[in-house]
Amino acid sequence: MVSEGTNERRLVLVQKESESMTEAINIVGALNKALHDEMEKDNLVIVLGEDVGKDGGVFRVTEGLFEKWPDRVIDTPLAETGIAGVSIGLAAGGMKPVAEIQFDGFMHSALDQMISHAGRIRNRSRGRFTCPMVLRAPYGGGIKALEHHSDSPEAYYVHTPGLKVVVPATPNDAYWLLRASIQDPDPVVFLEPKRVYRAIKEEISDRPIKLGEAQIIQSGDDVTVISWGAMVRTCTRAIEKTKDISVELINLRTLKPLDIDAITNSVKKTGRCVIVQEAPRTCGFASELIALINEKAFLNLEAPPMRVTGYDTVIPLAKMEAEYFPDENRVARMIEKAARF
Amino acid sequence: MHFSIPYFQVLDNDGNAKQDPEVDKETIKKAYELMVLSRIFDETAMKLQREGRMYTYAPLKGEEATQIGSALALKDEDWIFPSYRENGSLIARGMPIDLLYLYWMGDERGMHIPESVNNFPICIPVSTQIPHAVGFAWAAKMKKQKSVTMVYFGDGGTSRGDMHEGMNFAGVFKLPVVFLCRNNQWAISMPRSHQTAAETLAQKAIAYGFEGIQVDGNDFFAVYLATKEAVEKARKGRPVMIECVTYRMADHTTADDAKKYRTEEELAQWAEKDPIERLRKYMKGQGIWSESYQKKVIEDCQEKIEEAVKKAESVPPQTRDDVFKHMYATMPWFLKEQMNED
Repeated sequence: MVSEGTNERRLVLVQKESESMTEAINIVGALNKALHDEMEKDNLVIVLGEDVGKDGGVFRVTEGLFEKWPDRVIDTPLAETGIAGVSIGLAAGGMKPVAEIQFDGFMHSALDQMISHAGRIRNRSRGRFTCPMVLRAPYGGGIKALEHHSDSPEAYYVHTPGLKVVVPATPNDAYWLLRASIQDPDPVVFLEPKRVYRAIKEEISDRPIKLGEAQIIQSGDDVTVISWGAMVRTCTRAIEKTKDISVELINLRTLKPLDIDAITNSVKKTGRCVIVQEAPRTCGFASELIALINEKAFLNLEAPPMRVTGYDTVIPLAKMEAEYFPDENRVARMIEKAARF
Repeated sequence: MHFSIPYFQVLDNDGNAKQDPEVDKETIKKAYELMVLSRIFDETAMKLQREGRMYTYAPLKGEEATQIGSALALKDEDWIFPSYRENGSLIARGMPIDLLYLYWMGDERGMHIPESVNNFPICIPVSTQIPHAVGFAWAAKMKKQKSVTMVYFGDGGTSRGDMHEGMNFAGVFKLPVVFLCRNNQWAISMPRSHQTAAETLAQKAIAYGFEGIQVDGNDFFAVYLATKEAVEKARKGRPVMIECVTYRMADHTTADDAKKYRTEEELAQWAEKDPIERLRKYMKGQGIWSESYQKKVIEDCQEKIEEAVKKAESVPPQTRDDVFKHMYATMPWFLKEQMNED
């Protein structure tokens, strides 16, 4: 299913007139509200992680939850393998854990548990046990952080059978996708673009978003641009620079399961596409998208699918990090290249 | 099974020695000057960060005795594996201060440690450096070198598997490693009492078949003497874990606000155990501290720090190539291609 951004905006306006209840919030606020609303609705939902309780999380995503539910918001020892591992056990045992890993670069010790167990328990037990957990983490660069605080690890998780992978780009995405992830019967890795945590404010629509449902932010006929997370904002800025080209911009929202129809329908229409990812290039998610587009829309292509990505380097520290990111100029140049090909 | 963990302390809070530490005056003065230098380094870093001249920084205030006492107990040929908070230890071991500032200013070139300095680079993910230090010590043993490797980590680090796996290897293979745990009571907002149900952190060593001791981490002599002894044991293939009981007087990093989770009373109690002040009082009692000496120490330290900041801030900007050229010994085709993209 594909939702039209314009329809969503209209819905928000209608809601505002009728209820005047919603207010514009940023991604941190939207995540906090989603956790709050799911905890209110379902007392099996628990939140655990480092500094998520009394401190309210290093990015304040869990602020106020501990005060309301001191028994269901748990400050854990400093142990990422343990946080992922016990969440698997909690989920198999009937709870709905929402575990926070403090930063992307510290997720890798949780990866062992996610690969070896979270994605396999349902299959291993032929459905006798399941793993309805969410592993949340802020990811990506752009906040001039220390080493290991700016990584984009989505490809490792997308590659892992049995996991779902969700990456919101806006507050509305963040709110509805986190709620859907918590409600999902399978393990979800939920990656939050920390660079835009507080950069975008919007009202939350009253229309829920399902996992596996992309958003067409802008319709167009010449070039399809596909992205996720913080790069969506970069793409919207790039489009401003390429006004003479009619761009269709797709915000994927869920990387796995992917909204393949949204992609193929668009690429069949435009015949050209540019994929924008912040992660390093080799074996990044863009590689998979290009493979899929070649498989499903090859005869409609007017140009080879193109990608703008981070480089196959360690993401630089603060001073040089801007050199690494796909910025609106790099994206705009690639859109022009695709259009001219 | 019954066990007990020894606790070692030389100085009381007023700087009175319970026993003659038998440390020569030159070493005491060197330690004091390095502790003062570390504090000024730290205060300056905090100031630079607030002024937007530096990015996120992890302060060491209150842990000067732990860092300097342990670092000075090593020989030049020994090695340290630091976490992100060991700026004092790094400086004591010869790390150029301007490079250290450059690193915290978000420039990789700052961690290009000179060949003559046996410091491994700063490690950010908690306790992941522990198995590296164990492997490094193992390599020294295999190469029949006599060096000891000392690895620093915090109380939070003791909860991670990396520590347990690393310590277990060290015990099994009788490796020349000293595990120096800076128990500063807080892992961001998590107090030591919630980090583990174990009464001490040092007792964890027992499970791996070697000695664990606790020392007053705000007492220079306790840290220095205990580490010296541990280093010589390690040199003979007997690893030791030292738990330095100290306190993180500042926030976890400049991005944290400790007021949200701990009390002013607790801070005030620990302020009375200030490691620099305790050593100063001892030195005064011994007639090796005076107002004029203090003035000179402060002036010298400030001058060193000012010079280092100036040097770090006048380094020419990195070039784009710098992002690519340190990934492999020989740059592969794909990186060359990416480096030359516009």
